[in-house]
Amino acid sequence: MELVTQMPVALTDLKIGEGGAIAHIALPTTHQQFLTRIGIVPGAEIKFSRRAPLGDPSVYSVDGTEVALRAETASYIFVHRAHFPRLGDLL
Amino acid sequence: MRPAPNETLIANPGKSPDFPKREICTVALIGPPNSGKSTLFNRLTRLRQKVGNYPGITVEQRVGLLAGGGQEIKLIDLPGVYSLTPYSEDERVAVDVLTGKMDGLPRPDAILLVLDVTNLSRQLVLAAPVIALGLPTLVLLNMADVFTKGGGSLDVLKLAAELGAPVAMVSATQGSGLAAVERFLREDHDQRPDELLPILQNLPQCRKWANQLSRRVDYQRPLPSVWTRRLDDIFLHKLWGPLIFVIVVGAVFQTVFGLGQPMSTAFQDLLTKLGQQVAPFVSNGLLRSLLLDGLWKGVSSVLVFLPQILLLFLFIGILEDSGYLARAALIADRTMRSVGLNGKAFIPLLSAYACAVPAIMATRTIENKRDRIATILIAPFMTCSARLPIYTLLIAAFIPDRPVVGVLLGARACAMLSLYVLGFLVAIATAKLLKSSILKSAAVPFMLELPEYRYPTLQSVGLRLLDRSRVFLRQAGTVILAVSLLVWVLTHLPLNNGRSPELEHSAIAYMGHGIEPLIRPLGFNWKIGVGLLTSVIAREVIVGTLGTIYGGDPATQSMTLQAALRQDMTPAGAMALLVFFAFAMQCTSTLAVVRRETNSWKWPAIQFAYMTGIAYASALCVNVFLSRLFR
Repeated sequence: MELVTQMPVALTDLKIGEGGAIAHIALPTTHQQFLTRIGIVPGAEIKFSRRAPLGDPSVYSVDGTEVALRAETASYIFVHRAHFPRLGDLL
Repeated sequence: MRPAPNETLIANPGKSPDFPKREICTVALIGPPNSGKSTLFNRLTRLRQKVGNYPGITVEQRVGLLAGGGQEIKLIDLPGVYSLTPYSEDERVAVDVLTGKMDGLPRPDAILLVLDVTNLSRQLVLAAPVIALGLPTLVLLNMADVFTKGGGSLDVLKLAAELGAPVAMVSATQGSGLAAVERFLREDHDQRPDELLPILQNLPQCRKWANQLSRRVDYQRPLPSVWTRRLDDIFLHKLWGPLIFVIVVGAVFQTVFGLGQPMSTAFQDLLTKLGQQVAPFVSNGLLRSLLLDGLWKGVSSVLVFLPQILLLFLFIGILEDSGYLARAALIADRTMRSVGLNGKAFIPLLSAYACAVPAIMATRTIENKRDRIATILIAPFMTCSARLPIYTLLIAAFIPDRPVVGVLLGARACAMLSLYVLGFLVAIATAKLLKSSILKSAAVPFMLELPEYRYPTLQSVGLRLLDRSRVFLRQAGTVILAVSLLVWVLTHLPLNNGRSPELEHSAIAYMGHGIEPLIRPLGFNWKIGVGLLTSVIAREVIVGTLGTIYGGDPATQSMTLQAALRQDMTPAGAMALLVFFAFAMQCTSTLAVVRRETNSWKWPAIQFAYMTGIAYASALCVNVFLSRLFR
């Protein structure tokens, strides 16, 4: 079902509803550990669910939980963009 | 082969005589944030619990007694943690308690591990380090009702076998499945740690293990809640989101004043009547004066604010339990960022409008230490409920009841509102100052989990209110009672031929006159000076103190406190006093909490000096400016 594209893109380059597997995180180790706690690790599936009303932070769905991150963090998290079928497409 | 869970749950007295059976006396309850741990704790202990602080730090500690069974079993509620790797204060506390390194608490004999089963693969990360501690552990898969309804499934027997620990499906909100806890605690245990569990300190390893394990037990995640998505479409809508946010915050304040004020007045009437009921039974004049004018007046002038404080906590409790507060923090993040703080500071700052003490404890969720200290330092600028007594008193005495914006907003409401705004603006300015100077820090990623919306339960909101009432009543029954007694005694000393002196010659007047030169430029007389001295303990104490002092002065004895103040103070001095209270750091409880939370005397000292300095300077400006204006 997944169509993996070639180059990893930053989370902030995704459109709402898009997602994929995390390729790498270009943040210092301490920040990475911090993100690890909520499951933002290379390999994890992440999806861009919505933007906060004032544009930033954005809400991502990872491991089935909604997590808000600011663009300043999200722009350093890179994913293999994949097409997530919408529920409507499956039914 | 490892035993199946129902075998583990069956008592087996004859087994392994080498290990003396330990009776279970203390049990620790641990789980990740949002696992429903608190609700479960409330279920298991009902009302038999105590909130305290771990010695040396202010991570809140709740200990309760488990219901059922012959002997009493203590249940320790640990903070919600993602791992046992000590990144945060909460995690350090959890590790210390579990390993028996926490002063004043015995090492737990058994562990109840709570995991949200609707999100198992992530929550299982905590299972490895907890089970590897080697203590008898019961794994409780919470929210089983939501899980099954949403179509989730897993092989519980297999999970128990893999973990080497009994597993039970429970629902804390429904109260189902909790018999397993009782059975678990009644039995003897000789569990040994599982050698196959991954290395504790390695979080990525634990993650991988948790993911593989959830696959091995055929874990099927339930469908995500449609309601949460629908509600977020509204609450996080571009336009409606911020609008609802403003309405919610506004409604909270409106209700606390609109509904809380009449409740307070009614409560005050009741307390006064209660005092009058006692009067005839005390024949001795001096004793009656001590009991009624000294103690009861002092204590009841503070007790009247209980309804308003409880209302505020009721709203905050409902907002937090329903999951809305996390959304509010998300909306506020953009604004908070412009002063250098993050959205997580919003929750403590909102609760600081009720009381700075729990607000400062709530800053624990802010991971960045410097952001956390900045939030702690500005929290007492928020207009807490302890300022209401003196605000209400002075505004009613000095501000005429005139409409400003038609019938919607009167001059008094306007004055009250501007004091709130004043505190907020100074807090923001201070934050900006701190974050651009001594507390400048590299950005730590902002990360906020948005839990699913849930109905707040009557039980958990009710328990919060009960906790708050206890704290408030304890304060009134100890500190305020003691201060009232002290003030009363000092107004009746030194004895002159066995008779109390005139107020002007009493010990309290002597003290008041002592600081008068310092406060006269602000437009305050010596009586206000005494009020300022006693209110260093807590802001609301000044009202009780002034009541006792003016009540003891024959010139003002027959008047209400409002009338007495009107006669004894200039309007400029009264306005200066309002501004002084908006800024000054008069609360020993807050200072104590700041000391514990920051683990140093430096921050409370800086905070006290800074706030008192600002209070003095602005009161001086207000008095000088208004005196000129009114002359």
